[in-house]
Amino acid sequence: MYKYDAIDRQLILDRVEQFRDQVRRWQAGELTDDEFRPLRLQNGLYIQRHAPMFRIAVPYGMLNSAQLRKLAHVARQYDRGYGHFTTRHNLQLNWPKLTDVPDILAELAEVDLHAIQTSGNCIRNITTDQFAGVAADEIIDPRPLAEILRQWSTFHPEFAFLPRKFKFAISGTDEDRAVTWFHDIGLHLKVVDGVAGFTVIVGGGLGRTPIRGQVVREFLPWQHILSYCEAILRVYNRFGRRDNAYKARIKILVQALGVEEFTKLVEAEWAHAKDGPATITQAEYNRVAAHFGAPAYETITTVDAGYQAKIVDDKAFARWVERNTQPHKVPGYRAVTLSLKKHGVAPGDITSDQMEVVADLADRYSFGELRISHEQNVILADVKLADLADVWRVAKAAGLATPNIGLLTSIICCPGGDFCDLANAKSIPIATAIQQRFDDLDYLFDIGEIDLNISGCMNACGHHHVGHIGVLGVDKNNDEFYQVTLGGRQGNDAKLGKVIGPSFSAGEMPDVVDKIIKVYLENRHPDERFIDTFDRIGIDPFKNRVYEGRAHGKAKAAEKEAA
Amino acid sequence: MAQLIKQGNVANDTWTTLTLAEGETPESVALPAGDVIFPLAVWRARQNEIVSCHKRIGLLLQPDDKVEEIAADLQYFIVVAVHFPKFVDGRGYSTAALLRQRYHYQGELRAVGDVLHDQLFFMKRVGFDSYALKDGKDAIYAIGKGFAPFSETYQASTDQPEPHFRRRTA
Repeated sequence: MYKYDAIDRQLILDRVEQFRDQVRRWQAGELTDDEFRPLRLQNGLYIQRHAPMFRIAVPYGMLNSAQLRKLAHVARQYDRGYGHFTTRHNLQLNWPKLTDVPDILAELAEVDLHAIQTSGNCIRNITTDQFAGVAADEIIDPRPLAEILRQWSTFHPEFAFLPRKFKFAISGTDEDRAVTWFHDIGLHLKVVDGVAGFTVIVGGGLGRTPIRGQVVREFLPWQHILSYCEAILRVYNRFGRRDNAYKARIKILVQALGVEEFTKLVEAEWAHAKDGPATITQAEYNRVAAHFGAPAYETITTVDAGYQAKIVDDKAFARWVERNTQPHKVPGYRAVTLSLKKHGVAPGDITSDQMEVVADLADRYSFGELRISHEQNVILADVKLADLADVWRVAKAAGLATPNIGLLTSIICCPGGDFCDLANAKSIPIATAIQQRFDDLDYLFDIGEIDLNISGCMNACGHHHVGHIGVLGVDKNNDEFYQVTLGGRQGNDAKLGKVIGPSFSAGEMPDVVDKIIKVYLENRHPDERFIDTFDRIGIDPFKNRVYEGRAHGKAKAAEKEAA
Repeated sequence: MAQLIKQGNVANDTWTTLTLAEGETPESVALPAGDVIFPLAVWRARQNEIVSCHKRIGLLLQPDDKVEEIAADLQYFIVVAVHFPKFVDGRGYSTAALLRQRYHYQGELRAVGDVLHDQLFFMKRVGFDSYALKDGKDAIYAIGKGFAPFSETYQASTDQPEPHFRRRTA
């Protein structure tokens, strides 16, 4: 992975001192709360329901073992001994003291970690595919360009105070695993006539107004990505709405202008910058790409006998391999997903002890590196088949081997009303209640692949719109209710789910999911996943089952009156 | 009163900014003598008059004023002031970048309005060279600490037209 040079390191040290001084001035009354707010947000610091919430950047999801050990230490020393991985690869601490944050930043800087632009109305952490560099279907490794974009976006002077937050995602594979259709800028790497470049998608987003992004440029040679993004950002910075925070994202500007007009503005802006100094040089690409070279893989020509025997003998192991390991482009290796979706634990949560176990596993079995996925799991990307049994044993003992990746209980979930100030409703208890209801592994495997995503409010941190089953917490007269959507999906055919009808109470949610699953099981053809059956039979059978015997509309009003 | 920071010092501000009182229009407002910064609407309405009676002319741009529309007039201005109604309104950064980079404006470029210590670095980078620091803020401390919190910059901008990767020696 990318190793900081003296300049990269100096900049984050400068940042620590800058923030320390800002906190001091705020405490001394030299900065008002309003003046301090954007400054602390651009260092990932929110003031939340119970305490500050502090978001540490994990740029494009890559970490090394020393960094993870430091995160374990910071969570233990300054918090309650655990952290929460988010859908943007970042790690959140829920209970740090605001006045400790400069010291936390100083500790993080020792291992080249920081919290730069993890919040605020600026360019945020860039996300990508957790299998970058090892995926069998990869066209171009997105990480060198993600790192070049990270540097470009860091303290960009023109774009530090945008109308609203701005998120990039990059995908370098055939099958998009980075939700690029739902980002402010989504980039698809591809090769056209032997030239590497991007399809540039702009104006996607989940949140309050979920919109699929639109292609602004079908193909842009990679050298131009910085100048092109600068053109997009300049158009947005100048013309994006600032009168209403809910209408300030670039997606609203793209909708208002229409994609043709928006593209025209961007292309006119870009015409001035094209081939200018921001054009990435081959030397710079090579310099950065050299950091992402393949590790020292062994040449493995035969499948490990011990591994083969264990697959046959040990059903639990075989299940874990089936669900929690993915194909690798190098023979004899698999990518291992350590599940942070253990039933009964908040999705994405990881204790300091677990972080240390994972760091040790990475050192021992995966070249000392790991990745965080937007599905809130941890990945060991380069594990030999012969080592899988050992990894499994250690991961299992640490509660990190629930074989549920891609299954119903591998829920994407935001922190929700238990922690977050923005939330309308709790999300974690819904996730755990559903996990408890579907605790039978045989049943889970029988149900097969399905994405269940839960957000505690319409800001959609839990990506509910693109879950096959999406759950959204809503507030109705100060009571928490849950709206259910079906048919959403990520990937190349990314689509928003459709609302099935009136919302449900928390207590009803496990039953609702159960009914939806039953409709699928009764209707599925062999080899059909949930989403395939849904596409074939449509939303009505699900709707009918879920609302069967439930009065709504006029009937419900009458019922209420009678009561 | 805002405190003017210029060339690393607190400077005496010789300019006054014309503001329209209620009932006044760009067409009717009396044009004061001396070093005056005129709102864009007044400049548009009274350009010939202003040029004939003022040797030193300043222009005030609001965040939604389009730089493109005054690009041809830039030769007339000694000062262009860019107004930040709130420091979180970042449109002025693009205004400044365009004035300097695209239209090669060489005169004084002044940040006015909600101008604070922690934005000076960004303002300097995009091309401002004078700063009307908000009243009540510590100008000496801002001059000492506000302009260079970072020892290097990655991306190109007005103050450093080459990105860091083009300045690497190795």
